[in-house]
Amino acid sequence: MRKFKEKLSGRVFFALAFSSISALALITVFILIKGLPIIGKIGLSEFFGMTWAPVSQNKFGIFPMIVGTVSVTLGAALIGVPIGICCSIFLAEYAPAAVRNIFRPAIQLLAGIPSVVYGFWGLIFIVPLIREYLGGPGLSILAGAIILAIMILPTVISISEVSLLSLPRQYKEGALALGMTHWQTIKSVLLPSAKSGIVAAVILGIGRAVGETMAVILVLGNAPALPASLKDSVRTLTTNIGIEMGYASGDHQEALFATGIVLFIIIMILNSTAQYVTRKKH
Amino acid sequence: MRNSECGIKRNYKNMRSVIVILCVISVCLLSGCSRPQANVIVLGSTSVEPYAGKLAEIYAHIHPDREIDVQGGGSGVGIAAVESGIADIGMSSRALKEEEKEFIGWEKEIAKDGLAIIVHPDNPVSDLTLEEIRGIYTMEVTNWSQLPGGDDAPIHIITREEGSGTRSAFEELVMGKGVWITQKAMVQSSNGAVRQIVSGDKNAIGFISLGLVEIGEKPVKALALNGVAATRENIENGSYELSRPFLFVALTEPDGPAKQFVEYVLSPEGQQILIAEGFIRGADAAP
Repeated sequence: MRKFKEKLSGRVFFALAFSSISALALITVFILIKGLPIIGKIGLSEFFGMTWAPVSQNKFGIFPMIVGTVSVTLGAALIGVPIGICCSIFLAEYAPAAVRNIFRPAIQLLAGIPSVVYGFWGLIFIVPLIREYLGGPGLSILAGAIILAIMILPTVISISEVSLLSLPRQYKEGALALGMTHWQTIKSVLLPSAKSGIVAAVILGIGRAVGETMAVILVLGNAPALPASLKDSVRTLTTNIGIEMGYASGDHQEALFATGIVLFIIIMILNSTAQYVTRKKH
Repeated sequence: MRNSECGIKRNYKNMRSVIVILCVISVCLLSGCSRPQANVIVLGSTSVEPYAGKLAEIYAHIHPDREIDVQGGGSGVGIAAVESGIADIGMSSRALKEEEKEFIGWEKEIAKDGLAIIVHPDNPVSDLTLEEIRGIYTMEVTNWSQLPGGDDAPIHIITREEGSGTRSAFEELVMGKGVWITQKAMVQSSNGAVRQIVSGDKNAIGFISLGLVEIGEKPVKALALNGVAATRENIENGSYELSRPFLFVALTEPDGPAKQFVEYVLSPEGQQILIAEGFIRGADAAP
């Protein structure tokens, strides 16, 4: 009877685990069924074309949105990654326990703020600052990159800190015993050894930035055109769906699902790269 | 051992009853899927559809036995559906053409949709022509100094997203056929968001439903068109050009449930819902 109970509990857990996987399968199949027909209908070159005007001109080019996603994400990484890595080095190597005990929960809290709050804060605070001091409408790549940089900090900091802390004690002790200073130890022993974990942290941070919708919808301006400067408005793949799903129907709606497919592929590539990088280490 | 055996047996009994309950619930839910036959079909303009849908939803709360089915498709589709008898009531967001009036024997204006072109209150420009507005939205005009009384500052263009009824009204009333809003225009997905940005940016221009100009924390300025101020009165008397009618049409005057739904839409209660959405009272609304 006990054996049976064991078996049963195993089955129950399998069923529950399977339900989460099947949710993934269900969503994947659904967006493929909804999105692929329109790509087939208009062709790949049209789908990656320059003009997005699905209702007025019947054009479904998402290239400007790909440029938008790449530019905003790159900007966020340029601002957020150095800050994040430095912060993780500080927490892992320099900070006394008392400071660490304040910093860590504070950074966790940063991850807990809802994205719409970030966006709203950006719209009310950052956008007017940019408008006033740099000119332009303020709704821009720069505003989006700043907001996303803050949003990816918790991911970058916590994963790189863990990878620094999980290094064997002997690395640091050996380096110090050889007469290296603390900074030399960090620079030439600890950071190179924790490289794969830090790279994974950066990739996962970028993945978070690519997928973010609500925060950037408020501060980017969402113009589906190629930007010429950091002060220009752009639209990302996620905001394309977010901003137009309200009244979309027919081909328009399918094109939004097709945008979702592209997004899905990008996120999948990023996540599997992060996994590959961390697995290579072991 | 015996005890645990008993426990499992009891668990099984419980499980069986849970399964029975689940079955009953799912049967109930499934039977809920087969709704009663729609008895009134309202079809047409995608600009009117969301609001007619909202009215139908509220109406269904008051009269749960009536099913009003509201569908989009476009003004032309709605009128054709009425002609072929597919729809009981057609929705149009434009005046009927002469050839359509030949077979449409009944039309009621349920609301007027007025469009206000808005700028920041500190912007010295306060009166433009249709051509000037079109010039801004095609980016032939890119600096306020190119307009009468304007400062030397770049124009920040704000528009609504593709598929929005307000955008389609603007395209129809201002841009005209084959002239497109520039892709460089910034896009916001609600009247409120456009208003919010224009109220904070001195160089911005946008368009919203006229009924919403006054609603909000910070003020915006509605531009006059060829000297005619954008007010409810000027829309009602027809002197302000940027407005379009929302019509319900049918071959002959509807009767039964369709008639009652139309009466509800034209009643003060129904009109209040439309006014809250930013529209102007329809000419055929009940007093």
